[in-house]
Amino acid sequence: MATATAPKFADVKVGDELKPLVLPPISRHQLALYCGGSGDHNPIHVDIDFAKKFGFKDVFAHGMLSMAFLGRLVTSWVPQKQVRGLGTRFTSITWVGDVITVSGKVTGKREKDGETLVDLEVKCTNQNGQDTLQGTATVALN
Amino acid sequence: MELDKKLIGHEFTPFTATVEAGKIKLFCKAIGEEDPIYSDEGAAKAAGYRGITAPLTFLRALQADDPNKGGLLRLLNVDIGLILHGEQHFEYHAPVVVGDVVTCQEKVVDIYDKKGGALWFVVQEMEMKDQAGKLLAKGRGVTVVRNPDAAKK
Repeated sequence: MATATAPKFADVKVGDELKPLVLPPISRHQLALYCGGSGDHNPIHVDIDFAKKFGFKDVFAHGMLSMAFLGRLVTSWVPQKQVRGLGTRFTSITWVGDVITVSGKVTGKREKDGETLVDLEVKCTNQNGQDTLQGTATVALN
Repeated sequence: MELDKKLIGHEFTPFTATVEAGKIKLFCKAIGEEDPIYSDEGAAKAAGYRGITAPLTFLRALQADDPNKGGLLRLLNVDIGLILHGEQHFEYHAPVVVGDVVTCQEKVVDIYDKKGGALWFVVQEMEMKDQAGKLLAKGRGVTVVRNPDAAKK
């Protein structure tokens, strides 16, 4: 995907929705790649024997993998250098095979320290309509 | 098991991490990110960055370079299989690019429990600065610890 061109502050309205990102089903391969790529080697995400020992039915996705999807959504809308904040609560577990849709909408516009900022609600939702991440982002627009 | 609230205020030993292109490349492959600013120096510079850029949440991956990795688990004396990530927040002050030498300082700012002690919440704050001491980012994370005593009941 090419680098985003930022929308103008004046053109953005509260309630505007970002184009959602529909991701391929979470695979064990992706969790293995994220284990190596993130340096988070917690076996609970890649070793089913370990996950079962701690009471889980299977391995599950790193929360930070889904948070990276929130980041991808925001940077598909504005260049990364204009992102001022990204935060999330991890509200339910993302399992292997889950199909995650990442969505976002504008919740506010404000000025701070000489910058015009836009606040967003961003979230990951699974194929059953359950939110797995509920987050917020703040971007600076001209 | 009970967590010791006296650990509130504990500061971890700061460490430095060098931002490497190869690590960003693998991180991007894992998350499905294909924007060339994360892989091609020319594209990154043309887009106004100092160099190949670290994706927004790669900052957490830098923490894996801590030589004392796992310090929170040792501090709390809990097994890695009992923790979950509850929340993560970043405040960005400047883009982090390949070649940056980032100093990370993390501390415990709060510990509390819910559900009658079945779940414990450990709140940590983190600051990342570049080699010149300039603030790059701040982070705030919440680690959830499942109490093994509660799980047995």
